[in-house]
Amino acid sequence: MLSKRIIICLDVREGKTTKGVKFKGNIDIGDPVAMAEEYYRQGVDELVFYDITASSDKRDIIIDVVEDVAKKIFIPFSVGGGIRCLDDMHRVLNAGAEKISINTAAVQNPDLIYSGARTFGNQCIVLGMDVKRVNKTPAMPSGYEIYINGGRTPVGIDAVAWAKRAVDLGAGEICLNSIDADGTNAGYELVLTSLISSVVSIPVIASGGAGTPEHLRDLFRTSDSSAALIASMVHYQRYTVAQIKEYLSKEGVPVREFT
Amino acid sequence: MLTLCNLRDYLGCTGRGRFGTLFCRTTGTRKMTSAAYSNETAKNGMASIIDYGAGNLTSVARALEHIGVTCRITNQHKEILSSERVIFPGVGAAGKAMEVIRRENLDGVIREVIAQKKPFLGICLGAQVILGRSEEDNTPCLNIIPGTTRRFPDKGIKVPHMGWNDISVARRHPLLEGVDRRAQFYFVHSYYPAPEQEEDIIATTDYGDSFACVIGHDNVVATQFHLEKSGRNGLKMLENFCNWDGRV
Repeated sequence: MLSKRIIICLDVREGKTTKGVKFKGNIDIGDPVAMAEEYYRQGVDELVFYDITASSDKRDIIIDVVEDVAKKIFIPFSVGGGIRCLDDMHRVLNAGAEKISINTAAVQNPDLIYSGARTFGNQCIVLGMDVKRVNKTPAMPSGYEIYINGGRTPVGIDAVAWAKRAVDLGAGEICLNSIDADGTNAGYELVLTSLISSVVSIPVIASGGAGTPEHLRDLFRTSDSSAALIASMVHYQRYTVAQIKEYLSKEGVPVREFT
Repeated sequence: MLTLCNLRDYLGCTGRGRFGTLFCRTTGTRKMTSAAYSNETAKNGMASIIDYGAGNLTSVARALEHIGVTCRITNQHKEILSSERVIFPGVGAAGKAMEVIRRENLDGVIREVIAQKKPFLGICLGAQVILGRSEEDNTPCLNIIPGTTRRFPDKGIKVPHMGWNDISVARRHPLLEGVDRRAQFYFVHSYYPAPEQEEDIIATTDYGDSFACVIGHDNVVATQFHLEKSGRNGLKMLENFCNWDGRV
């Protein structure tokens, strides 16, 4: 049976993870490569590196990180943040990433989804969606609106409509981030996740709000999302990947082996 | 590694024009790739990774390097023919892949390598285009193993089939030696191989229906899942391939 994926997100700024932690042993705090290796060892299914480097002249650093990671871990990983054109995509994929996540750039230039999928294959293109709950109106029938620029700018596009359009344009996967749930550690936005997951034919990764393994169980029980994105619950060492998987497995959620 | 850095510099902040050239698969590009990855210091016999412009070649090279196997990414006929074993990986579309394979006369080289009884490993797209035909762009393929590459039906499953899944072993094969039977592997695909002959199916996976995820015939073996991205079990199978003499 296809396992539900546990994906860890690492926010990287100028080559350092911003939620750095000190693992047992002697791993540098905030070194994304060392953190990736540790999570790989723990049995994570996939990783996402989100480049939040502000200045464009330091953007190349993420490529070095990707190359280093690709030499050491042998599971899929994707890279998002600051990817604006096919050339950017090519550099990241060539450095060893499996997939590219695009968010603001896709809203501003939807053709990027299409051309990215045509050039590299649908499976390479992950649409990142930052979504906020709003009042239901004729223009926003789902009651969920798309935001860009790191969740700061509303764009007046309905989340369901955008998800469907992205599928038509060739996105291979959607990473659905709830702005309302993000950072709360109070659980995923389950209504949103099952809504989006039920209207698209491609895999959906739920993001935002994970604080305990129960939150992941609730996610997989209430929606057919394919994967759960987690960050602080492992970065701050409240849980290991193995603990989360062991719990999910006991609760009847299909997960990949853990040791 | 210096070579990879050079590769990146080459690909660096190029304009669209140069970018376009890269994806036209000009000779320059391939030569560049070929030179860019060759870890000739390792001990085992040389493995060639066939460069036909498909993605994911360096991932396979990195995985081989990790397990200490010498490899090179190449489209040079002589190099491919003189290597001890050949890997045929790739992601992308069947139509485009076959176009490049034919244009570069790599189909003849592949047939020759197989006729020489050298161990031959297809991965993902490489497992699909060795069949007779692909439903993707209705593409005639290499027909090394009789069969068709089919698209997953739209019946309540998410396509692409993406993520970690089990395999059920149908028959023993050196590639699977010592691999935990509960092991899961990483899949990303919308099409799957369907060999005509049951004996060419080595393992299957359930997704909607059961499909062949490891196929093989004599010295040819191929996996639909990504060995290079399947953690230690994938690396173990790559290692098995590199220790295989091609006999079953």
